[in-house]
Amino acid sequence: MIPSAHGIPQEEKIISTRNLKFTYEGGVQALHGLNLDIRHGDYVAIVGGNGSGKTTLAKTLNGLLKPTSGTVVVNGRPTSEQKVAALAKVVGYAFQNPDHQLFCSSVEDEVRFGPQNLGYSEQEVRQKVERAIEAMNLDKLRSVAPLSLRLGERRRVSIASVIAMDPQVLILDEPTTGLDSGESLELMDRLKRLNGEGKTIILITHDMKVVAEHARRVIVMANGRMILDSDCRGVFSDLAILGESSLEPPPVTKLAHRLAKHGISPDVVSAEELVVQLMKSGGGG
Amino acid sequence: MKALELRDVRFKYKGSENWALDRVSLEVEKGEFVTVLGCNGSGKSTLCLLTNGLIPHAIQGDLQGSVEVFGKKVAERPVAEFATKVGIVFQEPESQLFCMSVEEEVAFGPENLAVPRDEIKERVEWALELVGMRGYNSRSPFSLSGGQKQRVAIAAALSMRPEMLVLDEPAYALDPVGRTGLYSVLRDLKEKHGMTVILAERDAEEAAAFSDRIVLMKDGKMLGSGPARPMLSDPDRLRNIGVRPPQVTEVASLLNARMRTSKFSFLTVEEAERGILESILTSRKGGKR
Repeated sequence: MIPSAHGIPQEEKIISTRNLKFTYEGGVQALHGLNLDIRHGDYVAIVGGNGSGKTTLAKTLNGLLKPTSGTVVVNGRPTSEQKVAALAKVVGYAFQNPDHQLFCSSVEDEVRFGPQNLGYSEQEVRQKVERAIEAMNLDKLRSVAPLSLRLGERRRVSIASVIAMDPQVLILDEPTTGLDSGESLELMDRLKRLNGEGKTIILITHDMKVVAEHARRVIVMANGRMILDSDCRGVFSDLAILGESSLEPPPVTKLAHRLAKHGISPDVVSAEELVVQLMKSGGGG
Repeated sequence: MKALELRDVRFKYKGSENWALDRVSLEVEKGEFVTVLGCNGSGKSTLCLLTNGLIPHAIQGDLQGSVEVFGKKVAERPVAEFATKVGIVFQEPESQLFCMSVEEEVAFGPENLAVPRDEIKERVEWALELVGMRGYNSRSPFSLSGGQKQRVAIAAALSMRPEMLVLDEPAYALDPVGRTGLYSVLRDLKEKHGMTVILAERDAEEAAAFSDRIVLMKDGKMLGSGPARPMLSDPDRLRNIGVRPPQVTEVASLLNARMRTSKFSFLTVEEAERGILESILTSRKGGKR
């Protein structure tokens, strides 16, 4: 049994799946009956090992993949009855590899492509493009060719091009992969701001340090199933669940677990937290 | 004879203004495990591409200085000559997979060297076993997850039985358990097979404990080279070059600052546990052990 959020009133849900199954052509079943509700304004991390089904799940949430059986309901209607273009206005998806979605000759054209194709007026398009460029701090790069940029910048362009369609939900597939620590911090900070402005954020990742610092709710996937749906600390204190899902806690969390019988709390997630506890426990002695 | 010898090497990509590598001199002994740490744009990928002649033969630019691999100058010999000496694994496994099945993928290299059938079969099983992908022989590489693809790419490099393995951020797309598995594969290659390994990384976490040597790079320049402990003990130095320091070295450095000492130095979780139990948690009044 998975603790889930079935009690959420209908009008608060933006996405809801019921007994969602997906099988790839060739017979590999990636999702085995998922029941998942996501609220407006949530900040959810979907974590799990490679091959756990998290990317497949994300692609079903924005209609890129249609369920083999079961339903995905977005804004009250099943994705199977909605066009991908219509869904794109509600659920935006930024690919893991930004190069899979970049093709224009300037950053501005790239960001403009989405809203223009959704049939907004020129004025609306301009407004959405400016907002997206601002949100991802791309003002200085607007006339540069996206593919000439560094990976961290390309990632921001690909996210901006999704934000420009003004979706209510942003799904980001491994957004920090390949980024320097500085680039990663900046990106996460900007996502936090978007969440503060009301966007629902779904983060797909196996970077447990990022999860520890940002997500409010964590869904753990393993072998195409949800094995945990909980708040962040709950995940880190459960090493068995992490092991089952090919995840590992950050090294300081592992260290804290080893020191737990000496009074150290096992759910610390940063070096600073651990050292503060160590000082309290015995450093002064 | 060294496995790799760079002397005063500079390289500038065609059309670029900057030196991607700038006066780098580096020697790697046979059997040595060297981890090159640096952020995007530090020159570590360029260094990898030099080790089997892809630079200058396939990638154009201005190359100065001397690059020797197992005693041969790369600029003067064809790339094919290095194919059996040096296996390269890139960041993005998709850029190097193209066959219909995992087995074909891993067999591709030795088939092209006209290795006998039985031996190919043997090498394929050996390589798949090493990367933990046995039993996936008939799967399409494209149906695999990112981490599994990377393991297949490594197996494909290993099936050539190279003397040196060069990996450019191989764990880039792997989940934490996949990463741990990959590094234990690399550790085995070093300890049990005596393989020479050059590993380019931006995250110092896993390789710290078992690298013979760490090389730090920034903006195409080598900032330092030496054993892991002195090279990794200053987390700020690593952060300044865009490298994630191992969390336990951060713990050591914070403890040193708080306790006005320099006695803490951890490279692994085990070391950190031991050090903390010995000098912090035991000194507690009436401490319980």
